[in-house]
Amino acid sequence: MPLRVELVSPEKIVYEGDADLVIARTTDGEIGFQPGHVPFVGNLVSSVVRIALSDGGVQRIAVHSGFVEVSDDHVALLSDVAELSEDIDVDRAKKALQNAQESINSDAGDEEAAAALQRAESRLEAASNN
Amino acid sequence: MPGGQERTLRRRINSVQSTKQITRAMELIAATRVVKAMTRANAARPYAAKMTGVIEDLASGGVGVDDPLLRSEETIKSIGFVVITSDRGLAGAYNSAVIKAAEKEVMAAQTEGKQYKLVLVGKKAADYFKFRNYKIEASFSGMTDTPSYEDARTVATSVRDLFIAEEVDQVILAYQEFISMGTQRVAVRKFLPLESMEIVASEGSGDAESRALFEFEPSPEGVLSALLPRYVESRLYSALLDASASEHANRQRAMKAATDNAEELITKLSRALNRARQDAITTEIMEIVGGAEALGDGSNEKSSIQEHEETQIAV
Repeated sequence: MPLRVELVSPEKIVYEGDADLVIARTTDGEIGFQPGHVPFVGNLVSSVVRIALSDGGVQRIAVHSGFVEVSDDHVALLSDVAELSEDIDVDRAKKALQNAQESINSDAGDEEAAAALQRAESRLEAASNN
Repeated sequence: MPGGQERTLRRRINSVQSTKQITRAMELIAATRVVKAMTRANAARPYAAKMTGVIEDLASGGVGVDDPLLRSEETIKSIGFVVITSDRGLAGAYNSAVIKAAEKEVMAAQTEGKQYKLVLVGKKAADYFKFRNYKIEASFSGMTDTPSYEDARTVATSVRDLFIAEEVDQVILAYQEFISMGTQRVAVRKFLPLESMEIVASEGSGDAESRALFEFEPSPEGVLSALLPRYVESRLYSALLDASASEHANRQRAMKAATDNAEELITKLSRALNRARQDAITTEIMEIVGGAEALGDGSNEKSSIQEHEETQIAV
């Protein structure tokens, strides 16, 4: 029985589908979910979620903090911002990366820029393996 | 001069006509906006539901309730009010209904000797409370038409900061709840502190007990402290979406009424115009006839009658 995956952002359901394996990154590190996983709730960090679809394909999604909830072979990913790899604007992400890097270079304690940097990085990472 | 009256009437009809065109256009725009706003509100529902689901999981995992957002004071010294209105008017009683309800609450708080802090969303609320010299803590505009989650977060952060800094012991939210296309209701609700986890959990599907115990990463408390701020944002977001749907529904109704009134006015004015024109014609005939008779008085009677007949035919 495959995993039922739902990726929900506050504004809409971003992705829904069946998968064999979901790999996400929580505050404690990467974690993979397969059918039969114990019920689990974790905090997601800004990263790329990889979903091995039942039909053999891989869906990559950039998420920016949120939660993952697993129960009864049902994976719910809740994220403030979630983008499918094919929807990512690479040029914009590169520009954002550059801007964030510059702000960090001038002010190392800039938390907002650090978060922006991480977001841009995960966007690019998600888009790179398309 | 009767001709003058006719001209003013015609001018008024023209002006009412163009007003009608505008209100009609606004009505149609508002109608499509309501549908859009409703779709957005529906699209936001799964996230809110999942949020509640996670809270349910945490409650079933028996997490110790200790978070600043759950702080509940026994004596409330200061109340924060979040008032959601629109930036633009022409929406019937939409804004005034919310503002009136909120002002009543503020006054009640004042008579009980409590402090108040206003966080206003929408230009209309800001204008109203500023004009009446209320102290305004923060005001936001430019987001009520099509609120984004980012907007909700901005407002939620400012409210949350007030609450966590203990500047307010309670937050009350006033907005128009969207019930259906035809019904919107002013809702004045307690927003913070959040109800205890058990109450939130009981609002969910209630199947948490049947599930096995959850694993939490990093820890149940860690998940909770990351979750609650988002839960607040998500609740505010759905309030904003509701308010925006209500705004457009109200505007549509108001504009439909305005269009109908314009139509009625045009019929009335056209009738007055026709009467004025007829009056003018009658007066003219009378003048011609009178003139002809006056001329015919001295000369022979026959030609005078003939002239009279001719003028009648001419008319």
